[in-house]
Amino acid sequence: MSAETAEQAKVELHGANILAAIKQSGVEFVLSVPDIVTSAGLLRPIANDKALRLIRVCKEDECIGIASGLHYSDKRALILIQYTGFLDSLNAIRAVAVEYKQPICMMVGLLGHEPERLPTQSGRYGVRIIEPICEAMGIPHHLISQDSDVAKIKPAIDKAYADSFPVALLIGRRPLAS
Amino acid sequence: MMKREDCFKALTRHVKDEIVVATYSSAVEWNDLGPRVLNYFSMGAMGLASSHALGLALANPNRRIIVLDGDGSLLMNLGSLVTIGAARPKNLVHFVSNNGCYEANGGHPIPNPKVDFSGLARSAGYAHTYDFSELASFEQQVGHVIAQQGPVFATLFVERSRPLTYDYPALYAADKRRALKAELQKG
Repeated sequence: MSAETAEQAKVELHGANILAAIKQSGVEFVLSVPDIVTSAGLLRPIANDKALRLIRVCKEDECIGIASGLHYSDKRALILIQYTGFLDSLNAIRAVAVEYKQPICMMVGLLGHEPERLPTQSGRYGVRIIEPICEAMGIPHHLISQDSDVAKIKPAIDKAYADSFPVALLIGRRPLAS
Repeated sequence: MMKREDCFKALTRHVKDEIVVATYSSAVEWNDLGPRVLNYFSMGAMGLASSHALGLALANPNRRIIVLDGDGSLLMNLGSLVTIGAARPKNLVHFVSNNGCYEANGGHPIPNPKVDFSGLARSAGYAHTYDFSELASFEQQVGHVIAQQGPVFATLFVERSRPLTYDYPALYAADKRRALKAELQKG
């Protein structure tokens, strides 16, 4: 194993760290359609965490409406979905989150993303277009690919609520379950 | 067959501090009955009224949320019936006005005007479901319907409305959203 490969092999992302950051951000509700990227490392621990209320929805755009309704009473929500669901929800995100300036916080699993690459350089077309779409829509986005990236989560969610504007947290590697 | 505006007039006699979430033609006719700070006009993305309402219901468990949905709108978000049926908010009452068409988009028919919305809601897990096609019956029972422990669903079989004026900029004005948020933050 080369030194570079060995260094890459040490790069990890732990779901427990993400979960802790979500709770530190004041999130009370998690709205989700399961995503295989975050299924074991994040969604399952969330489902078992009594400090969070998990609302399982049938289709991702429901999350946008639910999060909007919650924010009117200052209840914080995190939407946990796959990038395919993000793409499917773009009209709701366009209208409710962007045009109406609402703090819709989305954590988006980049299924098929190669963690050693930037998402815009992914071999997967669907992954490659996510950050450009966020930029076209003016949505701040942050890549969470390793444990050191987890520190971005709380400031990003706090800023979304302070500015009343959406944010996308892109999960670029399967979080480890333990 | 009823007129939607007559149903809404009957409903106004029972609405006090409830949040009313209304979409498209229902929103126009409800808004025409008078301004309320606790009106929430489901914005921008057709079909999400029931999802907005679920968020409001979860955030405000001591306040009743009434949804005035349309048949075309609900067809775009049928999964929300299952989501609401599972979340079981006790304070959510969901009306759908069934006139069999996309009234705000030219009056074209919905794919199957015979769809049984109340049956779908019942199988999705709503606690109580109702169908109304006679105004006298609705007027007599509406107070009871909205007082039930939810989630409650009722289909209103209505005629196509008189021609409506869709003033969306006024309906979706940002000051309405700010006023609603301020009111809810009073607790």
